[in-house]
Amino acid sequence: MIKVTRSAVIDAPVERVWAVLRDFNSHTAWHPIVGESAIENGEPADQVGCVRNFTLRDGNHIREQLLALSDEEHVSTYCILDATLPMRRYVATVQLKRVTDGNRTFWHWESTFDVPRGREREFAELVGKGVYEAGFEGLRTYLRQSRAAPAPAPRRSARGTIRCSAIVIDRHGGADELKLRDIDVQPPGPGEARLRQTAIGVNYIDVYVRTGAYPLLSAPGVPGMEAAGEVIDVGEGVTGILPGDRVAYACAPVGAYAQYRTLKADQLVVLPDSIGDDVAAALMLKGMSAEYLVRRLYRVQRGDFVLVHSAAGGVGLLLCQWAKHLGATVIGTVSTEAKARAARAAGCDHPIVTTQDDFVARTREITGGRGANVVYDAVGKDTLAGSLEALATPGHLVSYGQSSGAPEPPPMTVLSAKSATFSRPVLFHYTADPAVLREMAGNVFDLVARGVLRVEIGQRYPLAEAARAHRELEARRTIGASVLLP
Amino acid sequence: MIKVYTSSIIDAPADAVWAQIRDFNGLPKWTPFVAESRIEGGQPADKVGCVRNFRLKDGGVIREQLLTLSDYDFQCTYSILESPMGVENYVATLRLTPVTDGNRTFAEWSAEFDCVPEREQALAQQIGQGVFQAAFNSLKALVR
Repeated sequence: MIKVTRSAVIDAPVERVWAVLRDFNSHTAWHPIVGESAIENGEPADQVGCVRNFTLRDGNHIREQLLALSDEEHVSTYCILDATLPMRRYVATVQLKRVTDGNRTFWHWESTFDVPRGREREFAELVGKGVYEAGFEGLRTYLRQSRAAPAPAPRRSARGTIRCSAIVIDRHGGADELKLRDIDVQPPGPGEARLRQTAIGVNYIDVYVRTGAYPLLSAPGVPGMEAAGEVIDVGEGVTGILPGDRVAYACAPVGAYAQYRTLKADQLVVLPDSIGDDVAAALMLKGMSAEYLVRRLYRVQRGDFVLVHSAAGGVGLLLCQWAKHLGATVIGTVSTEAKARAARAAGCDHPIVTTQDDFVARTREITGGRGANVVYDAVGKDTLAGSLEALATPGHLVSYGQSSGAPEPPPMTVLSAKSATFSRPVLFHYTADPAVLREMAGNVFDLVARGVLRVEIGQRYPLAEAARAHRELEARRTIGASVLLP
Repeated sequence: MIKVYTSSIIDAPADAVWAQIRDFNGLPKWTPFVAESRIEGGQPADKVGCVRNFRLKDGGVIREQLLTLSDYDFQCTYSILESPMGVENYVATLRLTPVTDGNRTFAEWSAEFDCVPEREQALAQQIGQGVFQAAFNSLKALVR
């Protein structure tokens, strides 16, 4: 009895590799030595007992039967029924295991069989090298090529750069500084991936970047922190991401306002089928912001009073939905009646129209004088002092943006008067660890799939009209999220 | 019951990696977080049933008992007898499998345990990443 064992690491998630290998007839597509193959009697290729009848490229002919298949364990066992090769009692098992470090796949392939005396070495070599090792390489090639994007042919130079349109800022300033221009997108280096972007998220942080309030862009440069699209190629050492994957990201550095982009692959999240590209582009930054605000920085609990400023804004609507889902009573500030309706529809129990009512007094009233357990404030200068007043003792004031300008830091004496916690968090510190990033994105996608989080894309603009998108955002004329379509 | 599973690829042959980790008293040599370790009662460190008593760099003391050890399968199993982590019924398995392509090692480390529900997520993260992955990372550097 000969035993042959070979194993390899495939730079793709185990689900991706298994989706191919669980199909007993797929070997004709990826194994270089397999010619024609068919499942006999029209049975499904994942049915235990089915028989694949195939030829090898050298002319040999084999019939193999599927003996066991486990989607739970990622195991497939099969045997040879007939072969023009002198192999007897051949039973083989393919097993995949997840490599959590790098989201890769460990592939173990082994078999036992008998051959005529004296030919053991020849067949051990044939199976080990000719079948298993060639199969590893064949599948790698298949995964790289079969999912390559059928993208409209980009303008590529000899060095592999792609020329495309982007929004470029030559100097910090108003929305007029957002100009459409051609840029060259480099091929991905080690650890990088290049995307053909299909939808780009517009966020208030993009305004801060444009004006120079946040020092994230040195001009000339391309703004934008978030987008979705398709991977067209990956650099050396990239694992878990393949060309053809539908992905999204929300991360520094800036550069999202472009048709193509090269960036660090470990910040990419593969999208589930339930999440469309435009939803992902509208959701990644805002959804993950809401996630860490209600689940990590402060854990919203049943019975909490939560005050959300800009409750009809991109993050605001998600905060209302998520806090409500967690059992809180949600109070929100908005600037118009129309926005109050949008906030109410998102689960805000008490929208306060700030042009009519004082939010501090109303919050005290709603909470029976106690104040809010947590206040989420992205307005800054105009609201922060009031937010402190509206806070319960002890309470947590979170300043995560400054759409009205940079606020004065709250004095220690004011904080101590309420045993208040004051936070000035930045999303990207929470998403820096790729494992945490995937967990955060997973929590967001899960709640979207369950219908708890709804993303309203209120505005869609062509990429060339980024300046208009900014103007409308700054004039507070938008409801829900805005996306650019390249 | 919570299950934690961490796996990695180590760029060295499995027998070389196993030589590092089969010593049940060897944690200070290859993990970044153990300050010192001894086997209780002067027993051999590869005797099933022996207890390692080690101190973490942050000061915590843990006692763990070796349940199985197989040089053939490159695998060992152990349980926690005492620890400051607040876990119960903790049983962990560390296993190596050769990767023939590139003569490397597939390393798997898994644990099952009980704890209070509020700490499940934090403990799973701490053990899976803070202990198992961190130890794999230092092992990668050691055998390179």
